[in-house]
Amino acid sequence: MRPGFTDPVQDGQSCFRAVLEALSRPGRIQTVASGLTPPAALAPATAAVLLTLVDAETPLHHDAGEEADAWLRFHCGCPMAAAGDAAFVLSMGQPPAFASLCHGTDEEPERGATLIIQVKALEEGRGWRLRGPGIEHEHRLHVEGLPEGFLADRASRRGLFPRGVDVVLCAEDRLAALPRTTLAEEG
Amino acid sequence: MNRDEAYNFAYLDENTKRMIRRALLKAVAIPGHQVPFGAREMPLPYGWGTGGIQVTAAVLGPKDVLKVIDQGADDTTNAVSIRRFFNRVAGVETTTHTADATIIQTRHRIPEARLTEAQIIVYQVPMPEPLFRLEPRLAETKRMHALADYGLMHVKLYEDIARHGHIATSYSYPVMVDGRYLMSPSPIPAFDNPKMDRMPALQLFGAGREKRIYAVPPYTDVRSLDFEDHPFRPHRANACCELCGSRTSYLDEVVTDDRGGRMFVCSDTDYCETRQEDQRAENAKGAAA
Repeated sequence: MRPGFTDPVQDGQSCFRAVLEALSRPGRIQTVASGLTPPAALAPATAAVLLTLVDAETPLHHDAGEEADAWLRFHCGCPMAAAGDAAFVLSMGQPPAFASLCHGTDEEPERGATLIIQVKALEEGRGWRLRGPGIEHEHRLHVEGLPEGFLADRASRRGLFPRGVDVVLCAEDRLAALPRTTLAEEG
Repeated sequence: MNRDEAYNFAYLDENTKRMIRRALLKAVAIPGHQVPFGAREMPLPYGWGTGGIQVTAAVLGPKDVLKVIDQGADDTTNAVSIRRFFNRVAGVETTTHTADATIIQTRHRIPEARLTEAQIIVYQVPMPEPLFRLEPRLAETKRMHALADYGLMHVKLYEDIARHGHIATSYSYPVMVDGRYLMSPSPIPAFDNPKMDRMPALQLFGAGREKRIYAVPPYTDVRSLDFEDHPFRPHRANACCELCGSRTSYLDEVVTDDRGGRMFVCSDTDYCETRQEDQRAENAKGAAA
C-alpha cells in the first residue's frame, strides 16, 4: 500500500487552499505540491484533492481501477457508491453524463456532486473562454483529454441552476475548476 | 509565535475541517446560498464570532498573516482575543495592517483600503437569513430562496419609504448576489455594501449559532436592493475624522463628556493611523525643507 500525505494537517490545508482558489477563480491553474506517490492510475493532484476532501461522510464513485480503489478505501475511508448517489465522482477522462449525477435540489443545491476529472494537460491563455463569478473579464483554459461534447453536455444543465455539478480538473500536480456558475464556450 | 502543541493546528480536528472545507467549496460554487454545516462548540460564546473563527480555522495555513477587526478596530477585546487565539493554536503571524494581511476576519465592517486578489475576508455573521424578520419559519425561507421569491423584502423596503420617506435600513442592508440569491451582508453598515460589489478578494461568511456558511467569489455582482425612484444611498455622518481629517471613511460618533461634547473618528483604526503617520511624515519633510 502506497502512503498518503506525509503531513496530513499541512498538506491537506495547502491542497484545500489550491482547490478553494481554483473554484473562486475558475480557469486559473493552481499547483499542488503534495509530494505524494499515489497508485499509478492517479495523478498527484487528483490523489491530493481526494485525500483533502473525501472521508467517511462522502460516498465516492470512481473508475480508477483496483489499486486506486484499495488505496482510496484505506486512506479516505469512504463508502463507494453508484455515480448517481455519490458526493464525489472521480473519472479518469471519460466522465459519466451530467444527467446521471446528483444535482442536489432547489432548496439544497449544495448536495450536487463534485466531479473530479483527471485529464492529460491543463494550460492557461488559450482554449475555452470562461465567464462568470470569480472572473474579472475572461479566463482562457485549454484542457487536453476530455471527450468531445463535454462542454455541450455541461451547458445543457445550465437551466437547472442553482442545482448543478461542480467540476475539478486535475493533471499531474496541477488543477483548475469549473463551478456550476461558470459559462464556458469553446475557444 | 509559539504554537501550543497540545492543540491540533488551528484548534479544530481534521474531520471537522474537512466538513467545513466541503461546505466552503459548495458555498463558493453557489454564490450567496447558505450552506448548512455542523458548527462545533468553540472556546468562546455564541455572538463572539464562533462562525467566523471556524471558517478561519478551516482556511488558515502556517504562511498566512491574520488580521482581525471588530467594528473596524484592531484593538477591541474581541479582535485582540481572536488574534491571540490563532497565534496560540496555529502559531500564525498576526498584523493590524490591512495591506499585510492574507486573511482578514471581521465583525461588522469592511476595511477602507481596497482588498486585493491575494486576500480572503471572513465575516462573522449573527443571523445569516436575510428574511428572518419577515418570515420566521426556516422551512418557508428555504423555499423562498429556492424559488427566488423575494417580493416580501421589496414590500418591507417599500413600507420603509411609505413610513419614513426613505429606506431606513442603515446596516445589514440586503443584497442580491449574482442576480440570484438574496443575502445578508452581515451587520456591516450600508456604507460598506458597495465595497462587496466585484471585490477582487474572496468573501466568506460564517454563522456559528445558526450553523450556516455562505460566500461571494471575487468579481461577483453584489447589488443592494432598491427601487428606480428610490436608489440605494449609503449613509455616512456629515463630518470629517477629527484625528486624520478623512472625509470619505466611515465614522464613529464618540461621546466625550456629559455636556453634549462629541467627536467623529474613523471606525477603521488602521486606515486612520496610517493616514496620521503619513501626515506626520509629510509635516516632518516640510519642516526639514
